[in-house]
Amino acid sequence: MTVPIHLRHDETFVLNLGPQHPATHGVLRVKLTMDGEYIVKAEPVLGYIHRMHEKLAEAGSFAQFMPNTARMDYLHALAFNHGWALVVEKSAGIEVPERAEYIRVITVELNRIASHLLWWAAFLLDLGGFTPLLYAFDDREKVIDLLERVTGSRLTYCYMRFGGVYNDIDDEFIAGTRDFIKRLRGRMPSLYHDLVTHNIILIKRIKDIGIITPEQCRRYGATGPVARGSGINYDVRKNEPYSVYPEFDFDVPVFDECDSMARYMVRMHEMEQSLRIIEQALDKLPDGPVMGKAPKVLKPDAGYYYSAVETARGSLGHRLICDGGKNPYKLKLRSPTFSNLSLYGEVAEGMLLADALAFMGSLDLVIPEIDR
Amino acid sequence: MNMLEKTQAAFAELFPQAEAGEGATEAATRQPGVLRTDPARHGSHLDVLCGPDQVVAVARIMDREGYFLEAVSGVDWLEKQQLEIIYDYNRLGGEHCRVMVRTQVPRSEPVVPSVSAVFPAADWHERETFDFYGVHFQDHPNLIRILLPEDADFHPLLKDFTP
Repeated sequence: MTVPIHLRHDETFVLNLGPQHPATHGVLRVKLTMDGEYIVKAEPVLGYIHRMHEKLAEAGSFAQFMPNTARMDYLHALAFNHGWALVVEKSAGIEVPERAEYIRVITVELNRIASHLLWWAAFLLDLGGFTPLLYAFDDREKVIDLLERVTGSRLTYCYMRFGGVYNDIDDEFIAGTRDFIKRLRGRMPSLYHDLVTHNIILIKRIKDIGIITPEQCRRYGATGPVARGSGINYDVRKNEPYSVYPEFDFDVPVFDECDSMARYMVRMHEMEQSLRIIEQALDKLPDGPVMGKAPKVLKPDAGYYYSAVETARGSLGHRLICDGGKNPYKLKLRSPTFSNLSLYGEVAEGMLLADALAFMGSLDLVIPEIDR
Repeated sequence: MNMLEKTQAAFAELFPQAEAGEGATEAATRQPGVLRTDPARHGSHLDVLCGPDQVVAVARIMDREGYFLEAVSGVDWLEKQQLEIIYDYNRLGGEHCRVMVRTQVPRSEPVVPSVSAVFPAADWHERETFDFYGVHFQDHPNLIRILLPEDADFHPLLKDFTP
């Protein structure tokens, strides 16, 4: 015989989501206070994959930290490589040859597409659609093969060097990249958009769900597709140009709806913009060396340095403080999803649990990057 | 008036004896005030040194001028026995301008008012700085560890910390 449970209307219970949960894509834990199916309070609990990269940076030389950068945001590792290379080059005054800058942009943008493809696959998996994953991973595999050819690794790249890149690209890479551009452009309308974007089930699940106002973005410091899905035209590549991005003609997709669908659309359009950048970079690729002159042991002048790059998830900042020694005196990593996730509690309040999970997917979280 | 000049003018109420020009950023020789820095070299346009009691007033000015809080970081200057807290402010779109705000507190008594009432972004960043440096942020709504285990009894980014 079962005893009926009588819950009072104002009675809530605590539901533990994670740290091992398929929808959190990594070890994120969210402590949810629930009123039935509705969320009263959501508190993300971080730190399950914390590795203290900032202390590791202080313990080694500048070059020794390069492999660590790829192990934070493992989906857009080259942007983290790039960010670290840029801040150190800025502090030590190292010049980078033009060809190396072009190669950096090409590989970073390829990596951005791979990251968005994986996000797309995982997001739809969260919503219960398995098939899209197979298409996305098919295309992502092509990108990873191309990047493996030049960088030597498939996921945790350590490709950039202070003053250039480790390896030049060859004709086969260029031909393969051009093939990939053609392939993705061919598949995007029919497979990605017809199958998924215009799908009524997807629209019902994510349209008008998870509204983030532009003011919330500013107060919480949200950047990247999260901000651009809330009508904020902010992209580090345009607002604070670095590398050779000013030489390319590309748009920043901005959607004003502020919902999960808007963030979805931003990322889908960004893939096309990345293809445009890669195409122009391949057309204009200059000849020359891929490594400039850089001293073996770096000793930047004492001072405060900051450098930002646009990763697939938003603005990644390095706050570097040097004391004239051969190790960084202090490195603060401003990782984009740390700030993007901090607004989760405020936005998820009053949401249905199932919607809150769809909303979480639309933020594109990479937990090792939050926990560092 | 461009953004940089407008921001610099906004600080006039806080620092009446305004400094100007580019120059050294060595905190020991500087009085509280605003200094222009070369963004191509240092990444920030303004370097603001303020007292610990002024960080909330600075945050209000930044909020009024439409900035967002990018990050809060700590620095342990062991030789000077000082802990430094750095707030990076930036513009979310429009004309780019980054403002680095710094304040220093004695290492023996690291207490700074929290700016989380002005910028909720500061909530997690201040918790992280507390976690790593043991800086106590006054009036913070929930100053508990964020990345380290809740029962940790150390602050790993202090320079004299040995595991």
